[in-house]
Amino acid sequence: MSGTDGTPYAPHTDDETAAMLSAVGVDDEEALFDIPDDVAFDGEFGIESRTEREVRTECSRIFGRNDELTEFLGRGHYGHYVPSVVDHLSDRAEFLTSYTQYQPEISQGFLQALFEYQSMLVELTGLPVANCSMYDAATALGEAATLADRVRSTSGEVVLVPEHLREGKRAVLANYCDGADLTIESYPMVDGNADVDAIADRVGDDVVMVYAENPTVRGCLEERLGAVGDLAANADALFVLGSDVVSLAVLEEPASVGADVVVGEAGVLGLPTAYGMGLGIFACSDEFLRQVPGRLVGASEDADGDRAYTLTLQTREQHIRKERATSNICTNQAWVALRAAMHAAALGPDGLVDLANDCVREAAALADRIDGLQGVVAPVHDRHHVREFVVRVDQPAAAIAAELETAGFAVHVVGEHRLQVCVTDLNAGRTDDLVAAFEEVI
Amino acid sequence: MIHDQANYERETEDVREPLLSEKGEATVDVTADSPLPDDLTRDELTLPAPSEPEIARHYTRLSQMNWAIDSGPYPLGSCTMKYNPKFTEDVAADPNAAVHPDRSERSTQGNLELQYRLQEHLAEIGGMDAVTLQPPAGAAGELTGILVAKAYHEHHGDDRSEVVIPASAHGTNFATAATAGYDVVELPSGDDGRVDVEALEAAVGDDTAALMLTNPNTVGLFERDITEIAEIVHDAGGLLYYDGANLNALLGRGRPGDMGFDVMHYNVHKTFATPHGGGGPGAGPVGVVDELAEFLPAPQVRENEKRSGYERFEPDHTIGKVHGFTGNWLVLVKTYAYIARLGDEGLSDTAAKAVLNANYLAERIDLDVPHGPFHHEFAATAGERDAADVAKRMLDFGVHPPTTKWPEMVPEAMLTEPTEIEGKSSLDDLAEAFNLAYADTDEALDAAPNRTAAGRIDQVAAARNPRLSWQALDEE
Repeated sequence: MSGTDGTPYAPHTDDETAAMLSAVGVDDEEALFDIPDDVAFDGEFGIESRTEREVRTECSRIFGRNDELTEFLGRGHYGHYVPSVVDHLSDRAEFLTSYTQYQPEISQGFLQALFEYQSMLVELTGLPVANCSMYDAATALGEAATLADRVRSTSGEVVLVPEHLREGKRAVLANYCDGADLTIESYPMVDGNADVDAIADRVGDDVVMVYAENPTVRGCLEERLGAVGDLAANADALFVLGSDVVSLAVLEEPASVGADVVVGEAGVLGLPTAYGMGLGIFACSDEFLRQVPGRLVGASEDADGDRAYTLTLQTREQHIRKERATSNICTNQAWVALRAAMHAAALGPDGLVDLANDCVREAAALADRIDGLQGVVAPVHDRHHVREFVVRVDQPAAAIAAELETAGFAVHVVGEHRLQVCVTDLNAGRTDDLVAAFEEVI
Repeated sequence: MIHDQANYERETEDVREPLLSEKGEATVDVTADSPLPDDLTRDELTLPAPSEPEIARHYTRLSQMNWAIDSGPYPLGSCTMKYNPKFTEDVAADPNAAVHPDRSERSTQGNLELQYRLQEHLAEIGGMDAVTLQPPAGAAGELTGILVAKAYHEHHGDDRSEVVIPASAHGTNFATAATAGYDVVELPSGDDGRVDVEALEAAVGDDTAALMLTNPNTVGLFERDITEIAEIVHDAGGLLYYDGANLNALLGRGRPGDMGFDVMHYNVHKTFATPHGGGGPGAGPVGVVDELAEFLPAPQVRENEKRSGYERFEPDHTIGKVHGFTGNWLVLVKTYAYIARLGDEGLSDTAAKAVLNANYLAERIDLDVPHGPFHHEFAATAGERDAADVAKRMLDFGVHPPTTKWPEMVPEAMLTEPTEIEGKSSLDDLAEAFNLAYADTDEALDAAPNRTAAGRIDQVAAARNPRLSWQALDEE
């Protein structure tokens, strides 16, 4: 602890401070600030300094004001069990307290871990290029739209997105589209799937990008993605597919249905439920290698001829290319990517496939049980589902959700008479209780 | 002064710690036991299948080949690599805080309260009236702030096409303005390293949406003409944007809001000590003055009318969203914990010690520092030496080198920011590393580094023949 009442995280004793001030040639630190009086701040923030223990107690008290509910919530943010090995290894200070790898010789560890993360994404997507992260699925989608704007020479400005799209994701996309003068249009869905005929009618010279999700925000699996990919390709539009790294373990490879870019959520591995914090995927075909947003780790050699890793193709990036950069992204989600890779390694391909299959089975089983209740239909869409599904209720959905909350369960309200329920390994053990509560409130 | 970094090298294979894929993969037949029809699934999945002990050893070895602020000095200019208090990790790991973002207001009063408190603290620290916590990084904060400025102008029927940015600004400023659809007008630096007020007057006009400014600027100088700069921009109908990358120097000494800035972002992973995590996650909250508050992203958090709790609300003319949910929540929790721990006195002392450290270090090194008086960081020049080579040599002496060759206004720049966390003896070590490297022979500089896990890495080859995955390596 320092000899003053100041920050506990500066090691200076009073004697050292005095010696340093003397070396610099001033009487006190204030003499070093070159701030004109008329803009200097001499007030107080009114923030009282607390001890570490006091802060922990205070925050624990604040968070204690959240109700303890069993969440059956998804719609883009999912919790899966994260093995302890992920916490303990990723929390190593050499990882957690390092910076971007601008000096690769002394940062080989993180660079290799990110290279491994990129490689896992390549396997899962079937696309040869994956960056080492975007902020989340929504911003990754926004970046895909600006990529489409740069690489597609059609006169177009329209980004086609599914009618069933999380509103917040669409709002983020709109902010990226704003600067690129792109406009967003929705295509309709048929029973939870993209209406391929409607897309066929709509694509043309003015469309630069077609976006689809698999699974959709309602948990449905798309059954005709190849057809959507063909339509996009024929129109010279970019086909962008949104997914997540657990679903990708079992679903048709995006590359094989013609996806040019894969975006989505990788935080389903490595991140617990975290109030929406995420890890954005961005993978694409070789054609767009020099147009990729964000950071890329590549293999090279060091002076001894040994394999070594480094950030590469940096001339795409803002610190070199400035206003002509492929994106403004700098700080990304590197440490979350490290955690996702650790989680994937801990599961192995067997564990990952099992987890994905359980997400399909649990959803089907729970829908089946809820469907058996009076005045309820589940799932609403006659499709295969991953993790979640829409439920139609005769009574007002909001009232049912409120009663379920009183009983200790959280579900989504997605329409006047529609709920959405999400089941993963974390809450699968509570489905009996949920069904019982459902029966109670309807 | 010598530092040998761990190096797990397999000389027979010319690799260090092998890739996970090289340690053993497994292939799973996905169709074998699938609940899905074959036409919806892939055929097989091939990924590494290490055991837990192998995973522990793999990542421990990788970590040992990675420098961090807990390893030693990391004085990257403009990056504010300061110590990350451990207790904030425990605060963020509170299971009660780990809720889904779609939970009801009623059932998440705790998270809303923390969001509200953090908004209030940040507003106070920046001299702003309203704050959004949603942007997930500094550059995302910039984009949010510029989109808010754009919405403000559009709301007033004012069509403006340009953002003015000093040549010495962070690259993100330029890229952000372009992402928001603006043309960039680059402002040359004055001879003294600050904004040239006459050049600014010439550059600003009816088309100016905003001036983006870092203060202290990227060589650590306070823009003394800030009041005049603000007047020029405001008189032209533009807004003044504050890049918060260098806020550490100002804590308790000056607030952007008092200087005439209308909108700013905070880099909490710099100023407020949340860990950088090898390149994120960070968070880039944005503060604005009253006139801009109605354009902030949705939702915002406020106290309810009865003051009995907290609620979300949508600002009247919101720009919508800049993150799918509520931003980088775990980072925001650590931010709150840090600010609460330090309080007024700690924050103010942080700036004092950060500025003292930079000045003391500059005094101790043999390199010239052309511009001053600087605050928390300074741009030394390596003169006739190549700054990048000097930096590589510094790696052998147990320190991370500064940011090199930037900003360009200083030839062979070494932009150095020691932050408040280094004591006198560690600054003396850092100075010695500077001086030894700077004075070393050309041969030694060319050959450096020698004691890091990897020797000098061929960046050109990496870009010429991009190999971005283990699959790409296998194809060779």
